[in-house]
Amino acid sequence: MSSARLEVIERNCKGCSICVEFCPKNVLEMDVFLVKVARPEDCIKCMQCELLCPDFAIKVHDA
Amino acid sequence: MAYDYDKSIRPGKLPHIWCPGCGHGIVMKGLIRAMDTCGLDRKNTAIVSGIGCASRLPGYLDACTLHTAHGRAAAFATGVKMAKPEMTVICCGGDGDGTAIGGNHFIHACRRNIDMTYVIMNNFIYGMTGGQFSPCTPTGAKASTTPYGNPDPVFDISKLAIGAGATFVARTTAAHPREIDKLITMGIKHKGMAIIEVLDDCPTTYGRRNKFRSVVDMMKHLKANAVPAVAASKLTAEQLQGKFLTGILFQEERPEYCAQYAEVIKKAQA
Ligand SMILES: Cc1ncc(C[n+]2csc(CCOP(=O)(O)OP(=O)(O)O)c2C)c(N)n1
Ligand code: SF4
Ligand code: SF4
Ligand code: SF4
Repeated sequence: MSSARLEVIERNCKGCSICVEFCPKNVLEMDVFLVKVARPEDCIKCMQCELLCPDFAIKVHDA
Repeated sequence: MAYDYDKSIRPGKLPHIWCPGCGHGIVMKGLIRAMDTCGLDRKNTAIVSGIGCASRLPGYLDACTLHTAHGRAAAFATGVKMAKPEMTVICCGGDGDGTAIGGNHFIHACRRNIDMTYVIMNNFIYGMTGGQFSPCTPTGAKASTTPYGNPDPVFDISKLAIGAGATFVARTTAAHPREIDKLITMGIKHKGMAIIEVLDDCPTTYGRRNKFRSVVDMMKHLKANAVPAVAASKLTAEQLQGKFLTGILFQEERPEYCAQYAEVIKKAQA
């Protein structure tokens, strides 16, 4: 599968950690109150993070 | 890949006012996807709300929006639909707005079977005003006004809507984002009153008082206790204890109010 590019819109992220907890591949981490893309190479583009983010703060793109 | 929400949101409106983790944002995204799927012309779509955190939703959307008085979304929406039946009319708001102060408007809009879609975000509490109990606060749960636990029985919003006469009734949760847009899409396409109840989370005024350690806990609870209505018949009453049914709960065809009213006008003018 082609790799993913994860975009975090830092202005919108409120650090709720929903995306981190529901990512099945442990791609994301919390960095204090902001999400950090820790292991982008593991992303399977399931879209869960983007769908569940209440704040329009994370987008999954094709690399 | 990445969904283009930006084209549906009024410029400069994000970040929104909702608390970290508040499910209203997830519902708003689902509503945007449903409106896109239905190919709605924003100039011909009215989104109407009352008052509350949930009722802030229309203010973010690039459509014809009305932020009205507490509990009065269905009444204003009825006015819009009667004056302009060609418009797609969508109501949204909270459980407090729709079933406490607005309960009367809610049931009568259902009874009339007027062609609109009402997305009701049920987070079991009055979020905006600091967590007073609503008619949907679970019995025994804590709210700012029920510090010893809520003695009241609850309204089941979907059952209320079915009993009152809505002709499309469905339920999902903020933890099921793809089902949110699927059901809203079906509701918009349905000719008549469609109620989409979304069980939602308010970590700020409900979660922290009711032993949810975090918003993630609340989302996991919603995920774990949702039972698709189609699977429920195979389960015993015991297995269904504490669960909520999701998916389409009721659907029928019945004359729609604007069409009926047009007949009255025709007769009166004959
Ligand atoms: C006539 C009137 N009464 C009371 C209020 C105070 N009030 C504002 S929002 C609200 C409750 C909102 O709860 P809900 O609809 O469940 O939405 P949430 O904030 O939980 O999303 C109340 C009681 C008001 N604005 N107007
Ligand atoms: S798309 Fe799926 S796998 Fe990739 S970061 Fe998001 S949740 Fe994780
Ligand atoms: S779900 Fe959204 S707001 Fe919450 S931490 Fe992730 S990117 Fe930030
Ligand atoms: S108070 Fe509750 S309902 Fe209101 S924005 Fe915060 S989390 Fe959402």
